[in-house]
Amino acid sequence: MKEIKILPKTGKFAEDKDAARNIRLSEIIPALEKEDIVILDFQGVDSATQSFIHALISDIIRKNGTDILERLIFKNCNSTVKKIISIVVDYMQDINENNQNK
Amino acid sequence: MKIHLPNSAFLGNIDAFIRSFDPANPDALEVTFNEKWMSLHPLVLSMTASLGLLAKQNNSSIACRIPEATSKHYLDVMGLNKFLPLPGTTIVKHEPAGRFIPLTQITNSRQLTDFITEMVPLLHTTPEQAEPIKYVISELARNVLEHASSPTGAIVCAQFFAKSNRISIGVADIGVGIKNTIKMAHPVSDDISAIELALTPGVTGTTSRLGGTESNAGAGLFFIKSIAKVNRDFFVLYSGTGMYKLLKTPLGHKIKLNANPQLDKSTRKNDFPYWKGTSVGIDISLDSNEKFDKLLDLIRDVYRIDIRNKKKDKFKRARFI
Repeated sequence: MKEIKILPKTGKFAEDKDAARNIRLSEIIPALEKEDIVILDFQGVDSATQSFIHALISDIIRKNGTDILERLIFKNCNSTVKKIISIVVDYMQDINENNQNK
Repeated sequence: MKIHLPNSAFLGNIDAFIRSFDPANPDALEVTFNEKWMSLHPLVLSMTASLGLLAKQNNSSIACRIPEATSKHYLDVMGLNKFLPLPGTTIVKHEPAGRFIPLTQITNSRQLTDFITEMVPLLHTTPEQAEPIKYVISELARNVLEHASSPTGAIVCAQFFAKSNRISIGVADIGVGIKNTIKMAHPVSDDISAIELALTPGVTGTTSRLGGTESNAGAGLFFIKSIAKVNRDFFVLYSGTGMYKLLKTPLGHKIKLNANPQLDKSTRKNDFPYWKGTSVGIDISLDSNEKFDKLLDLIRDVYRIDIRNKKKDKFKRARFI
């Protein structure tokens, strides 16, 4: 199991998409290749933009399918962050399904 | 180019200000002001500052008719004299108690992050009120940095208006405009069609693929329009000759978010003077009881309309611990 802390890379307002991309490429994807479970710890993050969360996880869902959500866990999210993650997860699944049906 | 700053220009009556803008003769910029006093939406100031930068960049001549002392002070405080030669004015350091963010040029991601961290607290809102403000500034300025190819970056400005108890935000650029961005991936006939596509969730100029790319979902402007809608406020998006204006939703009318911007109570016109780039204005009422969380619930509903009709067991939830 690998735990990745978001706050040190983003501050309390997670909006920097470059930071999201760096976390995804340099930490989340390598961790998912090595570990069964990867936890993204949002402790201390007050809010995030949809663009940030999209840049953080959408490509992982697109490339690995929704089953990756069994291994990619979100920890210590407040209500706002939870809702934004849920929006991105929902529309990515919808998009994946649409693409499969084509 | 000619631009006149009237005594009053807010999103409700912004059409007259925009129609008075004359983009002809880019070799010379003439800026005139109302003689007595001015009360202006930050969108007006951001656009004017952008023209000042454009003129400087093109080595165009700039002529400013100097306003009266009262207005001059206002323009000093808002920082317009950093972008235009306003003789007799002095560059004033920002006064934190003023509840405004002076005109600021943002040209890279690091600057934007610092700007949000340092400047938004100067509006003296509660943390809850600050959430949509930070959100709007971040998404709008990042749109400029990523899509606009604006040689001068994004010009951002915000102000608290005590009488109406609202924060108004303006973001302007002199980049390629929405039509040129959208048409890289979608066929569009005119500026207003491009603006409406840009407001539709899932549409981005970076790809014709539904849902966007790893970096862009095509949802940013839809979220921002939704923030204005939920708060029953104005939202204006002006690019090329097109302008989309979300009108206020009257109290007592149920709020419904629409993926199709044409279904919102709005005006959509394509005969304005040509603006090279994109300008966005939004008001955020501080009276509103609608919390940012509630907005996110409504947005999630829009995305889930199709999902409801599908087999639930196929869909996974994010796992929170």
